[in-house]
Amino acid sequence: MTRWTRDQMAARVARDIPEGAYVNLGIGLPTLVANHLPKDKEILLHSENGLLGMGPAPPPGQEDPDLTNAGKQPVTIVTGGSYFDHADSFAMMRGGHLDICVLGAFQVSVDGDLANWHTGEPDTIPAVGGAMDLAVGAKNVYVMMEHLTKKGEPKIVKRCTYPLTAARCVSRIYTDLAVIDVTPQGLVVIDIVDGASVSDLRIS
Amino acid sequence: MVSKVVASAAEAVADIKDGATILVGGFGMAGMPARLMDALIEQGARDLTIVSNNAGNGDTGLAALLKAKRVKKIICSFPRQADSYVFDALYRAGEIALEVVPQGNLVERMRAAGAGIGAFYTPTGHGTLLAEGKESRTIDGRNYVLEYPIRADVAIIKAFKADRWGNLIYRKTARNFGPVMAMAASCTIAQVDEVVDLGALDPESVVTPGIFVHRVVKA
Repeated sequence: MTRWTRDQMAARVARDIPEGAYVNLGIGLPTLVANHLPKDKEILLHSENGLLGMGPAPPPGQEDPDLTNAGKQPVTIVTGGSYFDHADSFAMMRGGHLDICVLGAFQVSVDGDLANWHTGEPDTIPAVGGAMDLAVGAKNVYVMMEHLTKKGEPKIVKRCTYPLTAARCVSRIYTDLAVIDVTPQGLVVIDIVDGASVSDLRIS
Repeated sequence: MVSKVVASAAEAVADIKDGATILVGGFGMAGMPARLMDALIEQGARDLTIVSNNAGNGDTGLAALLKAKRVKKIICSFPRQADSYVFDALYRAGEIALEVVPQGNLVERMRAAGAGIGAFYTPTGHGTLLAEGKESRTIDGRNYVLEYPIRADVAIIKAFKADRWGNLIYRKTARNFGPVMAMAASCTIAQVDEVVDLGALDPESVVTPGIFVHRVVKA
């Protein structure tokens, strides 16, 4: 059984994003999706800090400290992009205006509950940022994560043991083994790596 | 003649009292009014409650104010960052209180304060640790949490250009929290790169109208 690499996962997500979509890519693995969006389609990337039409990182020496992404890294703006304040930005997120957000996750439940902001360990400093707003607000919440933890435990679970980001919000899960839709009837595998069968996909 | 332009950062923050609640603009360092933070440290006010998206970056701006131990509590969405070591150390030593608020609720709570809204129902955070103990309600089949406004004594923000009436424009993503924070405080102080003549800002392009701004200082 092969596994998709992180770039193959990102390319697989990018394939499902249609022209004209307004999309927010979360910090971490989802950021890679931007590198795989087809150049011949116009797809508008949203950044929570007040930017629609986010472009790639600038060439070295051309960074602008006033033009950054949600991870505070320097970015660019595409022709036709716009700037706005935080209330408008979160109205776009919470108000159902974004077509797709792609988020990383610690766990996703079979019902689509998402845990991606806090491990709940007492010595970690809690920090949520815009994760909860994206999870409740985007029309489609896609999760992109490894199928198993580093210890080999499934990240798709009956019930999340980590603190929730939002309940019943995830519509699709992209892992290194499969693409899985979360439906009212349960999980539906819509794509799977070569050499694997649905029974190989461990869920706990 | 109305002029909100003050001569120095020191003068702009001179009357901030111990125990004040202060909104501090910026998303990371973009939009962080660092010159006014330095003036506030110099001024000496303490036991402050700070509302800002992050809990300081590196050693400058808000981080410098935290380092000077002037802040008793911070309300923010994302305190834990690669360069938030000043906050991390204070938090682990039990020297600063933290209230984590989802980012959209944080900005909407300030917007509500500025707009005269008594409270509002938001879906963000429902069913999570951050909604524990809060009233909730189901409206048209969807679950919401009741959130209250965040009002402040002072807002300290950074903008790009101002005129003497306090009209502001910002630069790129450094706009972020500035326009909302300006609405939500009794006294809003804007640090700007440039003060221009009245009439030089296109009325169609003014982002924050001067009614929300009380003092302007060029830094």
